[in-house]
Amino acid sequence: MNNFAGKIELRPQRQWWRFRWQRVRRREWYGLLYVAPWLIGFLIFIAYPFIWSIQLSFMDWKGIGTPRYIGWANYVRMFTDDDAFLYSIRNTIAYTAVHVPGMMFLAFIVALLLNQRVRFMPLFRTLFYLPSVTSGVATVVLWVWILHPTGLLNRALATVGIAGPNWFGSTTWALPGLVLMSFWNIGTTMLIYLAGLQGVPQQLYDAAEIDGANALQRVRYVTLPMMTPSIFLTLVLGIIGSFQVFTAALVATEGGPGYATLFVLLHIYYNAFRFFRMGYASAIAWVLFLIIMIFTALQFWLASRWVYYEGEQTK
Amino acid sequence: MTVDTTGNEAERSRTLGWRLLILALLIVGSLIYAFPFFWMISTSLKIPQNIYLDPPQWIPDPIAWDNYNQIFDIGPVWAWIWNSTVITASSVVLRTLSSLIVAYGFARFAFPGSRMLFILLLSSLMLPGHVTIIPRFLMFRDWHWLDTFWPLIAPNFFSTAFAVFLIRQFLMTLPRELDEAAEIDGANTWDILWRLLLPLSKPAIATVAVFTFIDAWNDFFEPFIFLSTPNNLTLAVGIRWFRTQYETQFHLMMAISVVSVMPIIIAFLFTQKYFIRGIALTGLKS
Repeated sequence: MNNFAGKIELRPQRQWWRFRWQRVRRREWYGLLYVAPWLIGFLIFIAYPFIWSIQLSFMDWKGIGTPRYIGWANYVRMFTDDDAFLYSIRNTIAYTAVHVPGMMFLAFIVALLLNQRVRFMPLFRTLFYLPSVTSGVATVVLWVWILHPTGLLNRALATVGIAGPNWFGSTTWALPGLVLMSFWNIGTTMLIYLAGLQGVPQQLYDAAEIDGANALQRVRYVTLPMMTPSIFLTLVLGIIGSFQVFTAALVATEGGPGYATLFVLLHIYYNAFRFFRMGYASAIAWVLFLIIMIFTALQFWLASRWVYYEGEQTK
Repeated sequence: MTVDTTGNEAERSRTLGWRLLILALLIVGSLIYAFPFFWMISTSLKIPQNIYLDPPQWIPDPIAWDNYNQIFDIGPVWAWIWNSTVITASSVVLRTLSSLIVAYGFARFAFPGSRMLFILLLSSLMLPGHVTIIPRFLMFRDWHWLDTFWPLIAPNFFSTAFAVFLIRQFLMTLPRELDEAAEIDGANTWDILWRLLLPLSKPAIATVAVFTFIDAWNDFFEPFIFLSTPNNLTLAVGIRWFRTQYETQFHLMMAISVVSVMPIIIAFLFTQKYFIRGIALTGLKS
C-alpha cells in the first residue's frame, strides 16, 4: 500500500520536473538570444580590437607593409628614448592632481549650497549644470576666447591691477589655463553629490544639533562621512576621465607651446595618426591603460579605510 | 515661555541671515557659471571692430546678425549640421532599442553564464576607448569604412554597456509578477517586452535617449579620428577645422559655437528630469 502510493506520487512529480526543465531550457535560449546583440558587438568592437592592440604594441608597423615583431622595444623606447612621452606623463599627472580635487571641492560646495532649501533651486541647479551638457569643442573655443591675451579674464584681472599672462601662448600658464577651464565642468560631480546629500537622513542632523554641533561641525561629522560613497565614486570617475583628457588640449593648444600641454592621449594620437607608428602608439595606450587600472585598483583597496557604507556597520 | 520665544526669534533671524548668505553665494556663483554663455552670444553678434574693445562692449552695438549668415558661406556648415543630425538621430534610435532588448535579456532571464556576461559588460564600462582606437581605426580602414558614418553608427546596433546597465537596473525594479501574469494570458517573451515592459520603462528609456543624444552630438574623439573630408565632418569636428582656418575671427567662431550648443541646451531644458534621474541612478550603484 505504502509502496503503491509512493509510486503514484513519484510519477507526476518526475513529469513535472521534466516539464519544468524543458521550460527553463527554452527560456535560457531566449535569454541568450536577447543578450546576443551586445555579445556580438562586444566581440567585434571591443574584445577583438583589445586583443589586437596587445599584439600591435609589440610590433613595428606603419599601418601598411609587413608588421615586424620587435619584442619589448616599444615599451623600452618610451621610457628611455622619448622625452615627449615623459613630458606627457608629467603633464597628465599634474593636470589630474589639481583638476580632480579642485573639481570635487567646488562641486561639493555648490551641492551643499543647493541642498539648503533655497528658492529657485531648479534654476540654480540648471545654471551650474549647463556647462557640463555643452562640454565639447564649442566650449573649448569659447574658453580660448576668454583666456585670449586680451580676453575677458585678462581684462578683469587688469581692473584689479594684475597683468594677466598670455595663457595658452605661454609654457608656464597653458596647463593652469586648461585646469581653470576644466573647473567650469563640475555639473556631473555636483549632481552625484546632490543625490548623495538628499539621501542623508535628517535625524542625524537633528541628533547632531541636539548635541550642540554647529553648521560646520555638522558638515564635518555628519555630511562628510555619509557622503564618502559619493566622494569615492566621483574620485574614481574623475581620475579615469582626467587621465584621458584630449579634446580640450587638442583644440586649445594642440599640446603646446612646446610640450607644455602634451597629454598622454594626445601623444598617442600624434604617434598613431600623424607619424603612423601604430605599434608604438598602441604600446603607449597600453601603458596609459595600465596606469589607469593601477590607480583604480589602488583606490578600491584604499576605499575600505575611509568609505563608509550604511548597513555595513551592524556589529 | 518668554525665554523660549526670544530663543526662537534669535534662531529665526540667524536662519534668515544664513539663508540670505546662501542665496547670495548661489546667485554670484551661478552668474559666474552662466557668464561665459552670455559672452559667447554677445561676441557672436558683434562686428569685427568691436570684439577687442577695452572696456568690453557687453551688449553688441550694432548687432551683427550677418555673422550667422557668414559662417554658412565660409565653411560647409549645413553639411556638418546634417551629418551631426544623421549620426545623432540614428545613434539615439538604434542604441536605445538595442539596449532595451539586451537589458531585458539580462534583467529577466537566467541562462548559463548570464552572471559572468553581466560582469563582463560592467567591466567593459571601465575600459577606456583609447586602448582600442588604433586597432579599430585599422579595422575600419580594411572594411573601407573610414570617412563614412559607419564607424560611428554601426556600434549602436549592438547596444552599449552603460545604456544596458541603466535600463537593466530599471527593469529590475518592475515586479516579475507582471511578466508572469502576461505569460498566463498567453503572451510570449517578445510581447512582454514590447507591450508590457516598454511602456512601463519609458523613464529609463528617455534617460538613455537623452544621454545618447548629448553624447553623440558632442562626441569629438571618434569622429575626429574616423572622418577626414571637410564635407563629411560632424559639427563638433567642423568647429575645430574652423578654428584652424579662422583662428582670430572670434565673432564667427562664437557664432558657430552658438549654433552647435543651442540644440543641446534646448534638449536639456526640456528633458532635465530624465537627466538628473540618470545621474542619480548611476550614483546609487557605486
